Amino acid sequence: MRMPAPDGRTIARRGELVTALRKIVPGEGVKADDAELAAYECDALTAYRQKPLIVVLPETVEQVSQVLAYCHREGVKVVPRGAGTSLSGGALPLADGIVLGMAKFNRVLEVDYGNRVAVVQPGVTNLAVTQAVAGRGFYYAPDPSSQIACTVGGNIAENSGGVHCLKYGMTSNNLLGVEMVLMDGTILRLGGKHLDAPGLDLMGVVCGSEGLLGVVTEATVRILRAPETQRALLIGFPSVEQAGATVAAVIAAGVIPAAMEMMDRAAIHAAEAFVHAGYPLDVEALLIAELDGPEAEVAHLIAVVEAIATKHGCASVRASADEAERLRFWAGRKAAFPAVGRISPDYFCMDGTIPRNRLPEVLNRMQAMSAEFGLRVANVFHAGDGNLHPLILYDADKPGELERAEAFGAAILELCVEVGGVLTGEHGVGIEKRDLMEVQFGPEDLAQQQRLKCAFDESGLLNPGKVFPTLCRCAEYGRVHVKGGQFRFPELERF
Amino acid sequence: MAEVQTAWTAQEAAEVIRAAAAAGEALELVGQGTKRGFGRPVAADTVLDLSGLAGIVRYEPEELVLTLKPGTPMAEVDALLAEGGQMLAFEPPDLGPLFGQPTGQGTIGGAILCGRGGPRRLSAGAPRDHCLGVKAVNGLGDAYAGGGRVVKNVTGFDLPKLIAGSFGTLGAVTELTVKVLPAPETSVTLRLEGLSVEAAVTAMAEAMGTPAQVSAAAFLPAELSAGASQTLLRLEGFGPSVAARAAHLRATLAGQPFAADLGPEETRAVWKTVADAAPFANAGAVLWRLSVPPSHGPLGARLAARLGGRYLLDWAGGGIWLELPPAPDAHAGVVRSALHAAVGHDGHATLVRAPEGARAAVDPFDGAGSPLETLTARVKAQFDPGGVLNPGRMYAGA
Ligand SMILES: Cc1cc2nc3c(=O)[nH]c(=O)nc-3n(C[C@H](O)[C@H](O)[C@H](O)COP(=O)(O)OP(=O)(O)OC[C@H]3O[C@@H](n4cnc5c(N)ncnc54)[C@H](O)[C@@H]3O)c2cc1C
Repeated sequence: MRMPAPDGRTIARRGELVTALRKIVPGEGVKADDAELAAYECDALTAYRQKPLIVVLPETVEQVSQVLAYCHREGVKVVPRGAGTSLSGGALPLADGIVLGMAKFNRVLEVDYGNRVAVVQPGVTNLAVTQAVAGRGFYYAPDPSSQIACTVGGNIAENSGGVHCLKYGMTSNNLLGVEMVLMDGTILRLGGKHLDAPGLDLMGVVCGSEGLLGVVTEATVRILRAPETQRALLIGFPSVEQAGATVAAVIAAGVIPAAMEMMDRAAIHAAEAFVHAGYPLDVEALLIAELDGPEAEVAHLIAVVEAIATKHGCASVRASADEAERLRFWAGRKAAFPAVGRISPDYFCMDGTIPRNRLPEVLNRMQAMSAEFGLRVANVFHAGDGNLHPLILYDADKPGELERAEAFGAAILELCVEVGGVLTGEHGVGIEKRDLMEVQFGPEDLAQQQRLKCAFDESGLLNPGKVFPTLCRCAEYGRVHVKGGQFRFPELERF
Repeated sequence: MAEVQTAWTAQEAAEVIRAAAAAGEALELVGQGTKRGFGRPVAADTVLDLSGLAGIVRYEPEELVLTLKPGTPMAEVDALLAEGGQMLAFEPPDLGPLFGQPTGQGTIGGAILCGRGGPRRLSAGAPRDHCLGVKAVNGLGDAYAGGGRVVKNVTGFDLPKLIAGSFGTLGAVTELTVKVLPAPETSVTLRLEGLSVEAAVTAMAEAMGTPAQVSAAAFLPAELSAGASQTLLRLEGFGPSVAARAAHLRATLAGQPFAADLGPEETRAVWKTVADAAPFANAGAVLWRLSVPPSHGPLGARLAARLGGRYLLDWAGGGIWLELPPAPDAHAGVVRSALHAAVGHDGHATLVRAPEGARAAVDPFDGAGSPLETLTARVKAQFDPGGVLNPGRMYAGA
């Protein structure tokens, strides 16, 4: 993975930078010794590692502003970081850059039940938001599987989802406001406890911007009253086609389940061996459909979905009788990643989205690729919204396997785009899918996105080397203003 | 009278824009023009009529996506979705009548680009939450695409969100992909009669805090509802569920002055009135829309009383329609200072309708003069460096 060439002059100035940064963030907030830096050398995309030049852990928005303004003046790159659970390398450090860790922003500032919002600092974990409001029967809807560890700031940067985003939306649909700091130190508020932006929806692009547009220092999120009842159906199918047809028919019947998850044969077997959830092992696909709402609604919809599954020839169907059984149904799905981790030394978790009606075709072609690349693949799948998570199993200690796994992953994502889908449904582009962006977007599409980056960060110092396969050329875009419609894109240098 | 150029294809739109950029001229982009009175007046030499870029490109009900050209009439979109048992969940209001246009006009492009959601905005989101993909031509005449055609996508910056609500200032939109959702099987509206505005806002907050999934909540004061004020709570979904949730709400709000429920037909009618701010249509008066935390809804009543106007509350109190008598500054000073004194940075006021003079004199959107406007201007410059596309529609400097 190539990153922007490190600037030797910045690296040589490390001591000076540390001194200056300690004036802004005193005490333990600036880390510079090797052992401490090692803790930050990667996020959850562990195949790529790089020790940062310095780690800064600010505690106030003023400190964030001053650190960024200082780095802006001195031309020092900055990589924001939450909990480091990104699966796309969004928080991968740079040899000549500081990591701006937001871990100390860990307070829930306010819960306003009357207006159904919570105001939190970005280092608060996703689950902690729900825990702060659960006592009154509320919760925060986006629920990434990493929710005990990942932070609200990271969720905003990645526009994270979870199994329940089919019905309740991604982070961006549950975010009402942010306070953020631009690379030049400007502190800005977008949104708040109210709905809609006064002018352009700038928060709409900040969410999902993977730390490239600004550093979020506070978030206002919507909290919801928890549903009265949740029940799940566990449905086995003799073929992936039948499972896919069932999902489509459920939606065509006007039912949007709270969650609709699918696993393929490999994932079912790995999960069952690990947690003994009671999954049927003689099926090709397993569907978990969760219905929530008042008792009457759930009972009604369980019957509707069950009838549809039966009509489509399911091999087995079981509705959870009680909360313990519902959790058991989920146990295997929730443990799918570690379960695969047990049967393979390493794995990559891919994250493309496809139109759901192409699912059988995509899974079949993925099997063919698996044979071609000589690597196993297991699939867990947010079936309701077409978001695939193929897990590619490999062994980094075997020469060439990492490269083969990367190539396999790229081929899967290209397939997703080919059938009308996208490279990433919830994990972000980061460095992992950076060089594939041109598969999905044309040069002018990418140029327009990069121009947006220039509006927020003309210096290009905030999280460079992520998302885009080339650096932003803000100065060149600037010159275009004079030339009007003449600008075309010359060959740009790749990383 | 400005010259009108019509684009029937994306290609033609790009050519007109490129020529305007080269000549240093500005364009006013219009669909059917129903909301032309919204925002600042655009000083343009030429009108670029995009209403010919119309038609359904692809409707895939089971994928929950609809791709179409922006000039497609809303009436056609609604009819198509109704056939598939689906809807645009953000409940687009028909704002045309507020500007003296007939009802039922307007295009999907206009609905998305003005960024307004109706009563269900409260529970299901705004156009920005349902805008999945966009193709547009920037101010240099270059076509760009953002987003995609699937419901879950985080690849690259979320340009569709930015384009929704941008009033044509960031591109001439040539294609849209929107998320569609199943239309509810049935609906009912519970009514509380005769509450004060304060009591209504409290009751709506209580209702929203139950698991009853209230999809919309509004308050019509007595002067708008022939005698007694109406507090309206809408429930939608499957029959057995709606019945159970209605019972739950009645139990939770026991002791409140419940009046007879409204069935599905009456429910449709009353919420259309709220969505379109129908009581304030076809009038020369000034019209504001305030967005506040719902608990601040009574601010609408105070401002109406103080300035001699009328109001209604949508979004459980968070969306205030405020109609005021004409004034040179459309009462912007009073409205905005009262708003920000009450809510600080948690809210904003939008001038939706005003006589021409006031429209040019007052910033219709909050944020003018703040770091927000500076950033907005920088964003605008990156999409439209020459200021070709609807210059000044949102802010004087952008
Ligand atoms: C086991 C496992 C399961 C997962 N399951 C899911 C899932 O179900 N759904 C899902 O969507 N994701 C999932 N993820 C991915 C990951 O947890 C999310 O992307 C999460 O939002 C990252 O949060 P973080 O705090 O760890 O951010 P980090 O990894 O630290 O950073 C992620 C990105 O956010 C930026 N960033 C962090 N904080 C800020 C800030 N305050 N301001 C600006 N930028 C910031 C960083 O620069 C980086 O680009 C999973 C990961 C793991 C390891």
